Amino acid sequence: MIPVLLGMTFIVFLIIRAIPGDPAIVILGQQATKEAVAALRETLGLNNPWYIQYFEYLKNLATGDLGNSLRTRTPVNEEIWPYLAATFELSLFAIVIAVFIGVNAGIISAWFQNSWFDYAAMILALVGVSIPIFWLGLMMQYQFSLQWDWFPTTGRENVRDPVNAITNLYILDTIIQGRFDQTLVVLRHLVMPGVALATIPMAIIARMTRSSMLEVMKSDYIRTARAKGEKMFWVVYKHSLKNAVIPVLTVIGLQTGLLLGGAILTETIFGLPGIGRYIYEAISSRDYPVIQSGILVVAFIFVMINLIVDILYSIIDPRIRYS
Amino acid sequence: MNKKTWLLFFVLLLTVSTALFGCASDDGEDTGGESGNDSGESSSQDTLIFGRGGDSVGLDPITVTDGESFKVTKNVFETLIEFGREDTEINPGLAAEWDVSEDGLTYTFTLQEGVTFHDGEAFNADAVVYNFERWASGTEDKFYYYKSMFGGFGDDEGHVIESVTAADDMTVEIKLKRPQAPFLKNLAMSPFGIASPKALDEMGDEAFNESPVGTGPFKFVEWRRNDRIVLEKNEDYWQEGLPKLNEIIFRSIPENSARLNALQSNEIDLADGVNPSDAAMIEENADLQLFERPSMNVGYLGLTTTREPFDDPKVRQAMNHAIDRQSIVDAFFEGRAEVAKNAMPPVIAGYNDDIEGYEYDPEKAKQLLEEAGLGDGFEMDLWAMPVPRPYMPDGQKVAEAIQNNLADVGITAEIVNYEWATYLEKARMGEADAFLLGWTGDNGDADNFLYVLLDQDNIGSNNYTYYENQELHDLLIEAQSEVDEDARSQLYMEAQEIIHEDAPWVPLAHSTPLMAGSSTLKDFVAHPTGSDNLMDVYFE
Repeated sequence: MIPVLLGMTFIVFLIIRAIPGDPAIVILGQQATKEAVAALRETLGLNNPWYIQYFEYLKNLATGDLGNSLRTRTPVNEEIWPYLAATFELSLFAIVIAVFIGVNAGIISAWFQNSWFDYAAMILALVGVSIPIFWLGLMMQYQFSLQWDWFPTTGRENVRDPVNAITNLYILDTIIQGRFDQTLVVLRHLVMPGVALATIPMAIIARMTRSSMLEVMKSDYIRTARAKGEKMFWVVYKHSLKNAVIPVLTVIGLQTGLLLGGAILTETIFGLPGIGRYIYEAISSRDYPVIQSGILVVAFIFVMINLIVDILYSIIDPRIRYS
Repeated sequence: MNKKTWLLFFVLLLTVSTALFGCASDDGEDTGGESGNDSGESSSQDTLIFGRGGDSVGLDPITVTDGESFKVTKNVFETLIEFGREDTEINPGLAAEWDVSEDGLTYTFTLQEGVTFHDGEAFNADAVVYNFERWASGTEDKFYYYKSMFGGFGDDEGHVIESVTAADDMTVEIKLKRPQAPFLKNLAMSPFGIASPKALDEMGDEAFNESPVGTGPFKFVEWRRNDRIVLEKNEDYWQEGLPKLNEIIFRSIPENSARLNALQSNEIDLADGVNPSDAAMIEENADLQLFERPSMNVGYLGLTTTREPFDDPKVRQAMNHAIDRQSIVDAFFEGRAEVAKNAMPPVIAGYNDDIEGYEYDPEKAKQLLEEAGLGDGFEMDLWAMPVPRPYMPDGQKVAEAIQNNLADVGITAEIVNYEWATYLEKARMGEADAFLLGWTGDNGDADNFLYVLLDQDNIGSNNYTYYENQELHDLLIEAQSEVDEDARSQLYMEAQEIIHEDAPWVPLAHSTPLMAGSSTLKDFVAHPTGSDNLMDVYFE
């Protein structure tokens, strides 16, 4: 894991320095003069050779220091958590929706293969993977907020009655403080971005589950189970699912990781202050430390999720052992 | 048994969704009540939620350069001189009155009595001197606007301010090394808001930037980055009866359409950055109102004068004749812009209205190309701005229109796209043949357009076209220290004639940036500088 992350810091470091654009100019804005830019470059340490900058960066990383944002001049360590928390909450919500609906839709489709449900679900899944989130988000706002007034359009909370942030995971915060009315408000804010974000993983999970289930349900032990007179529900949800779920779990793990970075469009449309937007804005302002550390943190989480998935394999299927 | 399971499943589904929608409608009432706009009894609303495209960079006005920062600091800080409510005329601010010596070198400001900073400290001459000394001891990367407006720091050759002293408790005297015509206008700019000396001393620059202390109508409360900034009413504000609002919340919603959706569902009360294409819908909606920000910008097509064939003024003039500006304004600004003929907008003193813009005339363009020896046309790159700006709502489409116009006169333009930071950097290096760009004025002065954008001193910074003309340079430098308004205007008029003749740009449009608000919002005036003073605003 360490080599993976180390390699990643190196690649990210090189790539962001290869793209043209000078952070000093971006910070000072269109109006800046040459002298100002030169002075700022010096202050920011951008005049050092890249390998010196890189080793400086690694040295700081080793002590847990993610560097200071060039733009806001605040430590990334302090800055990053609220963004991460917002994305974490959203991704968790989205993946729960995606897994619940995706897995069940896949199972039922496989169970009643070639039924109307199967066709409908698979067409929907196809639409789901192909629909642009940007468009979907705006359409949802139009229909569910403006027309029907079910959910709020943007943000994480009612800003007229803001959540008192402790952990920055608002659902948790409101529950800790016993403000269950706010918990509902926060949940309602999560619904639309959550569903928008969930569409693609949901569709992928549904298709994966269906094909995996179909394969398993053709196997001999399932026929035996049915011949034994076992109820169909248990045959499907217990015997088949257990064997079919391994590839699905892989997909879930990958998708969860992707959500963290992929939430950026959703965060933009729904005005959420998440990690995707944090990194995106850092890229536009060439805020090197934020880009580097932001991507590093996301990558770290991605690696962690995959580790958890690997562990889950062996819990679900005891035949899988890691030596 | 199968059926039973199904039944169970559907019952469960039903319960869950009922619960969700149950709370949905409950909560719908909540929000309605809170925003208070649906019901008749909305007069109680005293919190304004201002939705905008991006977050502020910092809140210490002297350290920042971006409009999103000034939008907030404008309401927390005050300047010695204030701009008018809807123009850039000079008005008393923290200085109740002022006196300028004959030679234009000494300014004596009598300060407003009874003003206190948000931390309770009294505002007086010492506080003003403290601020000026702080600025003058800075560096360009720290206090960019100070250098830009007053020419330098400390003992720098270009630094125009010689000394700032407290003549008595409420009188400040500023001595200049040489006259500076727009001096008072410069003082009215948001960066020069007077900060509390005590707060600066106690907190230090970094912390002050995160929790500013000024004398303005609103006090800083909270800032959650990329999410919101909260200001509350300054109860001890020196102007009687102001501010009218109790609280302002600035929210960042990056997407223009999403921001408008949020306004329509009452989650925000005022939305910045409205697409021109949404204007008609807003005007038709009885719950909304449209605000037009007076135009103080210019959108243009820059022609890099160091690159062939644009080193030939004839070719540049031909470009001017070839492009149909009126159609561009009609199509992409939805008519909410004025066709530009000069490098600065008409509201600015010194605008030369006698100049006749290059009319759209492809034949004339061809003829000019012929004279330049390019009768068969030529190939060029045309750079399209990748981001929307008020002066250029859709760079890509404008570029396509220009591409078509140019094809008519035999010029083959290939549209080039870069990410924004890259675009600016490369254009600054003179790597573009022709590029779309624009400018929004800082202080409503001609110098802020003509000198900044087209003088040879600014090649490599804001003069992206690398345009050089000694005669123009002399005029612009002379105008900087000419204190007589009429004589100064005359100089700028001449300057515009030279620019018109040399045609380093194809000026396209002076747009009217649009904002939208809830119809119950009263007395909001969009200021040409982009920093709106919200102290008069209230809800009906």
